[in-house]
Amino acid sequence: MLTITDLQASVDDKAILKGINLEIKAGEVHAIMGPNGSGKSTLASVLAGREEYEVTGGSVDFDGEDLLEMSPEERAAVGIFLAFQYPVEIPGVTTINFLKTALNEIRKSRGEEPLDAAQFLKLMREKAKLVNIDDSLLKRSLNEGFSGGEKKRNEIFQMAMLEPKLAILDETDSGLDIDALRIVAEGVNKLRSPENAVIVVTHYQRLLDYIVPDYVHVLYKGRIVKSGPKELALELEEKGYDWIKAEVAATM
Amino acid sequence: MVDNFTKTLMSNTLNNDLKEQLVANFQATEGRLNGETKSAVHQTRRAAMQNFETLGFPTIKHEEWKYSNVSNLVKQAFDFSVKTEFGENELATLSIPNLEGNVLYFINGIYNPELSNIVSPESQLQILNFGKAVKENPTLLETYFAQYANYQNEAFTALNTAFAHDGVVINVPAGKVVEQPIILRFITDARSINVASQPRNLVVVGKNAEVKIAEAFRTMGENGAFTNTVTEIVVEENANVQYYKVQNDTEKSYHIGTTQVCQKQNSHFYAVTVTINGGFVRNNLNIVLDGQNCEAFMYGLYFPNGKQHVDNHTLVDHAQPNSYSNELYKGILKDKSTGVFNGKIFVRDGASKTNAYQSCRNVVLSDEATMNTKPQLEIYNDDVKCSHGTTTGKLNDEALFYMRSRGIPKAEAQTLLMYAFCEDVISQIKIDSIKEYLEGLIAEKLAQ
Ligand SMILES: Nc1ncnc2c1ncn2[C@@H]1O[C@H](COP(=O)(O)OP(=O)(O)O)[C@@H](O)[C@H]1O
Ligand SMILES: [Mg+2]
Repeated sequence: MLTITDLQASVDDKAILKGINLEIKAGEVHAIMGPNGSGKSTLASVLAGREEYEVTGGSVDFDGEDLLEMSPEERAAVGIFLAFQYPVEIPGVTTINFLKTALNEIRKSRGEEPLDAAQFLKLMREKAKLVNIDDSLLKRSLNEGFSGGEKKRNEIFQMAMLEPKLAILDETDSGLDIDALRIVAEGVNKLRSPENAVIVVTHYQRLLDYIVPDYVHVLYKGRIVKSGPKELALELEEKGYDWIKAEVAATM
Repeated sequence: MVDNFTKTLMSNTLNNDLKEQLVANFQATEGRLNGETKSAVHQTRRAAMQNFETLGFPTIKHEEWKYSNVSNLVKQAFDFSVKTEFGENELATLSIPNLEGNVLYFINGIYNPELSNIVSPESQLQILNFGKAVKENPTLLETYFAQYANYQNEAFTALNTAFAHDGVVINVPAGKVVEQPIILRFITDARSINVASQPRNLVVVGKNAEVKIAEAFRTMGENGAFTNTVTEIVVEENANVQYYKVQNDTEKSYHIGTTQVCQKQNSHFYAVTVTINGGFVRNNLNIVLDGQNCEAFMYGLYFPNGKQHVDNHTLVDHAQPNSYSNELYKGILKDKSTGVFNGKIFVRDGASKTNAYQSCRNVVLSDEATMNTKPQLEIYNDDVKCSHGTTTGKLNDEALFYMRSRGIPKAEAQTLLMYAFCEDVISQIKIDSIKEYLEGLIAEKLAQ
């Protein structure tokens, strides 16, 4: 589904991603871990098409198409979804209105009929239940004044509404208590299917107790320096990142 | 032959000086007044004309007109005869859907009774056009007319006062709640010639009375339009007035307007001024809080694009203690447009416990557009709470990316963000038909 080859990216002429290689197949869950400042969010943003990051080398293929050639909205239309580490507050735009516009734009680009108000509300109720998000929250301005947990749940709710092929969750677990974490994880798990894939960016092993990954990758200084099965996450939790850093230092 | 030719040439040159045209027109009009010249109203007109002649049109050397240059206006020739073929057919092209209430039409500044419809009972609402009021209710005019707007020092107000012949005189008797809104549509028909019009309105809202009034300006046609309007509003004790000013004019139009408000104690006044289009717009909103425990709210929205120029000057004069004023103006500027916001707050030395807030926020979408903001606080009392702030910026890139990453195309995301930016002002409009009309116009304008 997704093939990242030697991806390099920089911001303000500062190289941040220094050659990422990653292959993700439909049905898989990949966890990306690593110390702060490694470039995890940068990778997520580059995949979603944030313009302030300049891609300086490499390629990204998504279902046979060149992802890097697409605008952010085109990427959304082909099924990329990024749950933001820091969701943006947008005063004056309600979540409902925003999502209705988004969903119908995506449908339009796929040649599908737009949902009318009733169909949309029905779908919304269904998905809101899935992530246990309150109706009243959805009527408010997007993320405005939401608590950290509410913002993260709203991200997962949006994901549930848009049903992406590839969901990238950037530290969706940070700032969540254990109940909220479970709700978010359940939401993600309900959306898992043989046709789609998930990238879970996280600091902590605990989310991976609920969303069990097929692979774990360690991103450090702009490179994937280690990959392994789900047990790697446990090892990282136990031993921290120092041994990885030492391994990297030894090979350089 | 040659002499005639020279004469024509000369008179044409003369005709291009607006001040001279106006002086000539004043004299001609006065000659036709027949008896009315002795009336108090006309004495005021005459005094105002003298003031105008002395003051002349302001230039950019005048501090209040620094960013708003009328030099092109005063070189144009205008038709004052106000003849127009405007009727039902034309109106159909300019209709505002679902317009309910007391709807009055002024075409080229002249009241059109055929198109107008007054639905509120006379016990609630007395509406006369200005000319009729001069004859039928001279006492009301003698008491209130030109008592508030400054025709002594303001050239355009002097000019309007000198030419005060039509417009509306509204009287809401004490204790009356006018359920139906009053909608005044000022339409300039500039299809065949440059048109000048100077509506003059007076609104007196009695003790404990309530009313909603909208002034909607619209210009049609490709020729020049010069609208110079003055509305005086007296809000008596404990009265409540909502006032909306809506402008949708043309690239060649000049609109200069003053809304002069006098609030007595415990009164409430809300103003929302929305400028959709207009080549040159200058709105003066002056509120004197001449009583305790008053509340005044001023909201504004403007969307200049192309080479449009929109200037909002506001003045709140806290003349008495314990009153509250709050102001929020917002603008979105595109292309080579220019905007001005000048907000004055006066707190007089006796006006302790004043609360006065002011905010002006702008989104400037082009490097060639300019917004000039100038808050001016003159506070002569220590026991007050006042704040002001202005911001001028671009659309939020983070928000744009967020929306696009959810599949919303860039242009649409921008429109949504711009619309959201306006939302807190739009939501202040409490006449449904006017609000819907504006929502449509704003969405259209933002999508351009
Ligand atoms: N917009 C930006 N401008 C400048 N530096 C940035 C920007 N985004 C990220 N960086 C830098 O890139 C590096 C990687 O950041 P990030 O991708 O956020 O790491 P992670 O998500 O792994 O914590 C950090 O050194 C960070 O300071
Ligand atoms: Mg990060």
